[in-house]
Amino acid sequence: MSNSADAPEKASSSRYIIADRPGFRLGTLLGRWESLLALLLVAAFAANAIMLPHFLDLYNLADGTFNFSEKALIALPMALLIICREIDISVSGILALSSVAIGLAHANGVAPELLLPIALATGTACGWLNGIMVTHFRLPSIVVTIGTVSLFRGLASVVLGDKAFTGYPQVMADWGQGYFFGFIPREFIILLAFAGLFAFVLHATTWGRRIYAIGNNPVAARFSGIAVDRYRLVLFMLTGAMAGLAAYLLTGRIGSTRPNIAMGWELEVITMVILGGVSIAGGAGTIGGVMLAVLTLGTVTYGLSLANIPGIYMTIVVGILLLATIALPRLLRGRRTAK
Amino acid sequence: MKALLKMREVQLALCTVALIILVGTRAPVFVTGSSLANLLTDSTLLIMLALTQMLVIVTRGVDLSVASSLALAGMMSALLASRFPELPLPLVMLAAVAIGLLLGLINGYLIGYLDLAPIVVTLGTMSVYRGLVFVLSGGAWVSSHQMPADFIAFPLARLFGVTHLVWISALTVLAAWYVAKHSRFGRDLYAIGNEPFSARYVGIPIASRLMWTYGLSGAMAGLCGYLWVARYAVAYTEIAYGFEFTVIAACVIGGISIAGGSGSVAGAVLGGLFLAVIGNALPVVKVSPFWQSALTGVVILTAVLINARGGRPIGRQILPLHLNKSNATGSAA
Repeated sequence: MSNSADAPEKASSSRYIIADRPGFRLGTLLGRWESLLALLLVAAFAANAIMLPHFLDLYNLADGTFNFSEKALIALPMALLIICREIDISVSGILALSSVAIGLAHANGVAPELLLPIALATGTACGWLNGIMVTHFRLPSIVVTIGTVSLFRGLASVVLGDKAFTGYPQVMADWGQGYFFGFIPREFIILLAFAGLFAFVLHATTWGRRIYAIGNNPVAARFSGIAVDRYRLVLFMLTGAMAGLAAYLLTGRIGSTRPNIAMGWELEVITMVILGGVSIAGGAGTIGGVMLAVLTLGTVTYGLSLANIPGIYMTIVVGILLLATIALPRLLRGRRTAK
Repeated sequence: MKALLKMREVQLALCTVALIILVGTRAPVFVTGSSLANLLTDSTLLIMLALTQMLVIVTRGVDLSVASSLALAGMMSALLASRFPELPLPLVMLAAVAIGLLLGLINGYLIGYLDLAPIVVTLGTMSVYRGLVFVLSGGAWVSSHQMPADFIAFPLARLFGVTHLVWISALTVLAAWYVAKHSRFGRDLYAIGNEPFSARYVGIPIASRLMWTYGLSGAMAGLCGYLWVARYAVAYTEIAYGFEFTVIAACVIGGISIAGGSGSVAGAVLGGLFLAVIGNALPVVKVSPFWQSALTGVVILTAVLINARGGRPIGRQILPLHLNKSNATGSAA
């Protein structure tokens, strides 16, 4: 909101000069959000390694990635959505509904290979509903997804009742809790692959640049010929699909669909994205930052759980981490805006 | 008359009445006096929270931490009352309000003075406050036999045949109406929400206004925290979990624009009442509780759809349509 007013006026103001890419400077590199996050990650890792005797056990460390892989898979498209000035509160509802769809299909004797497509299709359909409400009816996405989260979770609980779906086929357990080479969790590899894909699309293709353009100024983006609404719709569907994928993996990992599956995940996912330096006002942020935030949070969680600290302390740590990371730069720089 | 019918608040009120009558024809029990009085009592906390949330949303903000502040203040007042049973009740209530106010002011400082995004700040404090509930209570419940009798009895005690809860919320509605409609403070909030830059130019102290708006929201959460704990006679970590979305939904149904700058007290009250009617009607007409959340979602979506249709700008189209399609610029996160 206040960004537009304080854009610095360039001294040489010929309209025909395009600024060159700034040269390499160590100072600017260190001042970047991603660098700060990387330092934080290293600090958290080192602190854990020194204080906790079993932290550096490689098998434990690899298993620690299970905690955040599914959430991080949703955080990737969420980052794109937030860069594009939208938000999706309903991801945990989509996840629950997709998981229920898998359970329902499996209970009715659908072949195990078809369960993943079913999860993806359910997620995409949910995302499509969100996207249509936002693009076609011009509603703010936060309002739409607050409505749809109770709709999706409600539908899931209607199907589920007070039961739980269990007895999933082996292939789901293989993908949800299995390892490649008997060592690296498959979920983590999937996450890394998708992170690479998202980073490539966002940072190295025209599509990615257009997402930034939309986030910076949707009206201008539209005037310059970007099909803004189509991008928004696709991003919502993509988020839904990734939530469906996360549902498949999570259901396979815990081996059951319970009514409270993934409760409260939307906020953790959004926290990951914002901690990763994606601006909630849109138009700024990187996939690298998001992945660093994911790994930092994962390291801290893993350390706390090794130190036998109850999970709920984690919410305090995450909250303070989030507040501190956004407030500190502002405090250090001093107040720029006179209010 | 026609203008009156076109008002969103009147439409919503008519919808609510129609819904009550509709349910009444299916299940006459629903429209008896005692059942309606129950309904009113059930809706009070939601309405009170929706009122302060409305003030927050009017400034283009959102307070996601209300439910956590409510839980923290409620838990602390319950612990206070159980440790020091001789403490007079007004002091306990005051403590709950003060705790809530403090929590809200922390939000407000970060949002107003440090100029951080409301949704991010309240997302952060939401998890911090919720975690603190656990830390304070050690994860244990405070149950009814640990709390003093008058602590529990107060919300449902009756004055002139109406529960204290209803009286308190009626007073809150009056206060909110005065603040929003007739006080300098409230009018400033609308100005901030409509056009922050202009508000700054005309000399509105935006930072302090924002801080106290969130403070107000927190104080209300504190009061509701006590009332919630006392009414249900139990305090545990997950009190009001997810209630922030219900509160925001009540505001949205009441026609309060999430983009800021518009919204009325009547809207917030009716939105809360509408959700409460649905919540109470579903069990009466024997809809399974599993459907409740799904139907609430449908209602919220329908309400925002209707609101969006009504909110189209009125004016002449002087440029070709294709240039003008993009004036809705997505969410105001």
